[in-house]
Amino acid sequence: MTIWEIIITSVIKIAIALTSLLLSVAYMVYFERKISAWAQNRLGPNRVGYRGLLQPFADVFKLLFKEDIVPDAANKTLHTMAPFISLFVAFATYAVVPIGPEVNLFGYQIKLVVADVNIGILYVLALTSLGVYGITLAGWSSGSKYSLLGGIRSSAQMISYEVSIGFSIGGVLLMAGSLRPIDIVNAQYGGMWNAILQPIGFITFVVSAFAETNRLPFDLPEAEPELVGGYHTEYSSFKFAGFFLAEYANMIIASLLIVTLYLGGWQIPYVDKLGLSEGLTVVLQIASFLLKTAFMLFVFIWVRWSIPRFRYDQLMNLGWKVMFPLALLNIVWVAMLIMIFKL
Amino acid sequence: MNYFDIIFYLFAIITVVSAFIVVTTRNIVYSAYSLLLTLFGISGIYVLLGADFLAVVQIMVYVGGILILLLFGVMLTNKITSVDIRTGTIHLLPAAVGSGILLGILWAVMTWTDWKTYDTQIPSTTIFGLGKILITNYVLIFELLALLLLIALIGAASIARREETEENN
Amino acid sequence: MLTEFGKILIFILFAAIFVIITLFVAKIVRPNRPTFEKLKIYECGENPEGSPWVKFNIRFYVIALIFLIFDVEVVLLFPWALAYKEMGFYGFSIGIIFLLLLVLGMAYEWRKGDLEWARPKPKPPKLNEILKNKTN
Repeated sequence: MTIWEIIITSVIKIAIALTSLLLSVAYMVYFERKISAWAQNRLGPNRVGYRGLLQPFADVFKLLFKEDIVPDAANKTLHTMAPFISLFVAFATYAVVPIGPEVNLFGYQIKLVVADVNIGILYVLALTSLGVYGITLAGWSSGSKYSLLGGIRSSAQMISYEVSIGFSIGGVLLMAGSLRPIDIVNAQYGGMWNAILQPIGFITFVVSAFAETNRLPFDLPEAEPELVGGYHTEYSSFKFAGFFLAEYANMIIASLLIVTLYLGGWQIPYVDKLGLSEGLTVVLQIASFLLKTAFMLFVFIWVRWSIPRFRYDQLMNLGWKVMFPLALLNIVWVAMLIMIFKL
Repeated sequence: MNYFDIIFYLFAIITVVSAFIVVTTRNIVYSAYSLLLTLFGISGIYVLLGADFLAVVQIMVYVGGILILLLFGVMLTNKITSVDIRTGTIHLLPAAVGSGILLGILWAVMTWTDWKTYDTQIPSTTIFGLGKILITNYVLIFELLALLLLIALIGAASIARREETEENN
Repeated sequence: MLTEFGKILIFILFAAIFVIITLFVAKIVRPNRPTFEKLKIYECGENPEGSPWVKFNIRFYVIALIFLIFDVEVVLLFPWALAYKEMGFYGFSIGIIFLLLLVLGMAYEWRKGDLEWARPKPKPPKLNEILKNKTN
């Protein structure tokens, strides 16, 4: 491939990735409302379009035309920058998540990932640690007590669970021996999913991912009874939408990562034994990847509407005294597994 | 000038300008956030040099750890805007001489070093080689690092605890 | 040659441009009619009281400190994890020593109560004290 072909394919991939991301974020909000309605025996949005399917667009336009109120006490520049940082960090992570194996398209070998970096997982971790900044900045710059407390709480929570995430990923790296997401998926070939081989690591990663995305039962930063809206109390209009989008984008990233690291990515056990044509296999694999991700997203919403919120000290205790030791135990477990079975 | 150079100068400008803001602004929260950009620019330069692991570590540890700590510290202080950043004592002459000497040394090192340029591909990743030598040749250093971190942890926690009890009293 | 990091750079640029454009479009189309009440800080309908930058618990700082140390340990552990498969029992023992030192630090923090989230210790009023105050 010449340089121009590479650039053009990259740009096409980026365009597809960003559009599908935006659409899926918009529809996540719709499905969250529908599923919450189902959980609470209500109808949910059903007015805009067929069964309310156009609701996300209505929401976006509503937020677009709302007045933006920046309080006098706020620091104007930083107040504007905060949602920008949050959204940007959430989007940038998608660059390294592979959704399928290499495919032959129009005579080109195309990897179904925007950037196949050798240190993909570290890149994700680095960006996750950047995510704290948007929230802290929002909390500090608003000039409101609720925002400040929400921002500080949120950042302390995120860094606490980041340690567990790091050590859980350590187990996956031991198994795969590579930081490339594609290699990690390939290492889980034939039903050897990391969720089965290292169940403890799977649990710690999933719980930490919930905490990292500030979702219930860990949504202390925006605990309504205590902090009104938490770090985005003083945000309105499209800046608020920025945080809102970032939250759902983070949720999708978390699901993609859980699937890639623990649920075998696009792998379907023994699909190559069925003797299907190559094209059909690839389509099936991509479908399985999307299905697994959709399932994880459903779990995210399901948990939100089933489990009550933690108290802050419980949250910190869970992070440091339960998840962190378990993640360490998982590393030792995986190391011993590799030693004994020469995996 | 190929486009590697352009990207390099882009990162260099980001680094230098934000570093300048860090030392000149009177709002220490601005300072902290400019430092974020500085560290980001440096990690970009690491990527250009093919030191991918170092670049990510730069972001994970410096941006994700140290700067957060710094920010928490800044937010704990009451006075944030218009801090007087000058110290009480100003020794202009010794400072000028000192920085002049430092500049001279850096310049000398830069010009006298026999910079090696190889006409090869950028290595795909450095982390495997790093891992291998870290647990073979430099295994003692690897374990000593763990020990050092243990000491740092105990020290930091005990200092913080002392301050906490003082605050409570 | 466009490296994979170059693609990431393009992706990041795209993401940044997209975010800037949306925020800019929103700025053009939305109304702007600020009033005194709107621009006040929200405090559940009351007038804002005192400085918004309240002092918060120093525990947050301690948590960030502990996090920093363990973050460095994670970073050091990754190269080991990647080279582990080729090293056999030797690599295993190296890793175990490293992890043991880490657990030691963890145990110290735990024992000393640094991981404990400080809870307020309310003093419930005692009946005899109240009665004593009343008689005085």
